Amino acid sequence: MANVTLRDVRKTYPSGFEAIKGIDFDVADGQFCVLVGPSGCGKSTLLRMVAGLETITGGEIDIGGRIVNQVEPAERDIAMVFQNYALYPHMSVYNNMAYGLRNRGMPKPEIDTRVQEAARILELGSMLERKPGQLSGGQRQRVAMGRAIVRQPKVFLFDEPLSNLDAKLRIAMRVEIRKLQRRLKTTSIYVTHDQLEAMTLADMLVVMNGGAVEQIGNPLEIYQKPATTFVASFIGAPPMNLMPLRSDEISAQLNGDGRVAGEAGLLGIRPEDFLISSEAVTGGIALELTVEAIERVGAETFIYGARKNSPQALAANPGELSPGDVIVRIPGVEAPAIGAKIRAIAPREKLHLFSADGRKRIDL
Amino acid sequence: MVEHRRFGNLLPHLVLLAGVAIVAFPVYLAITASTHDNSVIANGQMPLYPGSHGLDTYWQTIVSGTGRTTRQPVGSMMLNSLIMALGITAGKIAISIISAYAIVFFAFPFRMTAFWFIFITLMLPVEVRIFPTYKITSDLGMLDSYSGLILPLIASATATLLFRQFFMTVPKELVEASKIDGAGPIRFFWDTLLPLSVTNIAALFVILFIYGWNQYLWPLLITTRDDMQTVVIGIKKIIDVHDALTEWSVAMATAVLAMLPPVAVVVLMQRLFVKGLIETEK
Repeated sequence: MANVTLRDVRKTYPSGFEAIKGIDFDVADGQFCVLVGPSGCGKSTLLRMVAGLETITGGEIDIGGRIVNQVEPAERDIAMVFQNYALYPHMSVYNNMAYGLRNRGMPKPEIDTRVQEAARILELGSMLERKPGQLSGGQRQRVAMGRAIVRQPKVFLFDEPLSNLDAKLRIAMRVEIRKLQRRLKTTSIYVTHDQLEAMTLADMLVVMNGGAVEQIGNPLEIYQKPATTFVASFIGAPPMNLMPLRSDEISAQLNGDGRVAGEAGLLGIRPEDFLISSEAVTGGIALELTVEAIERVGAETFIYGARKNSPQALAANPGELSPGDVIVRIPGVEAPAIGAKIRAIAPREKLHLFSADGRKRIDL
Repeated sequence: MVEHRRFGNLLPHLVLLAGVAIVAFPVYLAITASTHDNSVIANGQMPLYPGSHGLDTYWQTIVSGTGRTTRQPVGSMMLNSLIMALGITAGKIAISIISAYAIVFFAFPFRMTAFWFIFITLMLPVEVRIFPTYKITSDLGMLDSYSGLILPLIASATATLLFRQFFMTVPKELVEASKIDGAGPIRFFWDTLLPLSVTNIAALFVILFIYGWNQYLWPLLITTRDDMQTVVIGIKKIIDVHDALTEWSVAMATAVLAMLPPVAVVVLMQRLFVKGLIETEK
């Protein structure tokens, strides 16, 4: 049981590339912290620095009150679950779990007790004599978890442990990991690029981008009040609609608000915060859209609309919406026809305002 | 080929059978020759059927050898060959697996330079560097000794390369998991890397044992005492007699005996050998 504290942690490679640009946060004892961000944002590197698999070139990492910068991985009292599980292929499931304990010189009966207990928790009892090659992906995943559990470490580290599983199993394992962590109350740091996994698992969410932290907080708080446009578009699927405030119909609707006229440059609205309606809105916003595409996924429907009078420009980055496009999410399967004109309204309390560069949130 | 025409199947089989005959006939001839009395072959007749002196000839060959040039029993030559071949094989595997381990898993200055230095020794087999090697061996007083037969031959760039290629396919997470599990470099080597390399070691064992067993030039050069002779040299010496009839039956028996250990190694290790060359257990 321990808390993990990072103080101005930095990683600069000999080539001069700065992978981690000064990160501070504190994971309280027993909390589940999730690091989330696009690939290449440094989240795995940061986790590996906590594990001791990468050197720390600046700052301090503190596990349970001890600064571990110069401590070997085995001495840090951590356990790690790898993306490809990294099970020893020539050892039985039992030995995979017992290996770390044996290396520590633990007496045999104690090892046996711990392995049997872990096998019971993870329902691996009947597979203890098998080799990893004879197990399915989900079972291997559980063995990797078992290897971490038997150590009874201060901290669990997970490096995208579910990304090698199929979608259905991933959801099941996600729930299992959460239950297990609640039960063992072990401080955990979990890396993922999947924002849904991040939202569902985390007590504390750290959104990273380009080697720096964008926002830290509780997942719902981050969802409801994203600090930057990066967080706004990364957390939530489909992403938040972002549109420039100036020089078109939007600014006219929000006129009379001093803050809007001042520093704000971008407006964000989550797809589900729209309502298709002809009602008048006071203080909120109404967009005239032409329906361009419809996606029905059963429980809900996504409408892709183009804004009236919007400049037809290409998206800034691949995968992003072009500036004039808006996604509206409505429940059920009833949707307007393609080419139809619709009016989407969003109330004032659902609007997010950001500075023009997207780095700063402005509260309405 | 998807088609199964009768003629289409027959032709390749005929070609293969002809190939087998070409390879197997001399072996058959050696076996038959070793079962006849010396005088039969000395007469210039080479029978194609087995004779009746087989057991006598082999007994004589193994226990006492020929009565002519070399009076060394082939049994002791076989032992010398075996010690040399096993020594070379074990030495080559041990050295190359350790070198490959260093090159792949440790970051040290001039790592690639070290690798290339090992690699270019492929261009310098014993035959090329035979004089300096002989000089060093003789200066160290290792002529006519097992260490002299074995040590100069145990560095192997090929084996190092093979192990290196295999080690590079070992996921780096396995190394990291070992680190977290508290296994240092030596533990990782013994507990994880070595068990994973078993099939590769077996494949190399076959190749290197045959290489060691077939050594001719080097043993010829550094062994002068009869009791240090290896069987491959023995065959040559048994044939090469002056002013007397070659004991062909003994020579043939020696040749047959010399073939047995490599054949045994291949047959016994075939399954592991093929596995080692085509797949890895990861």
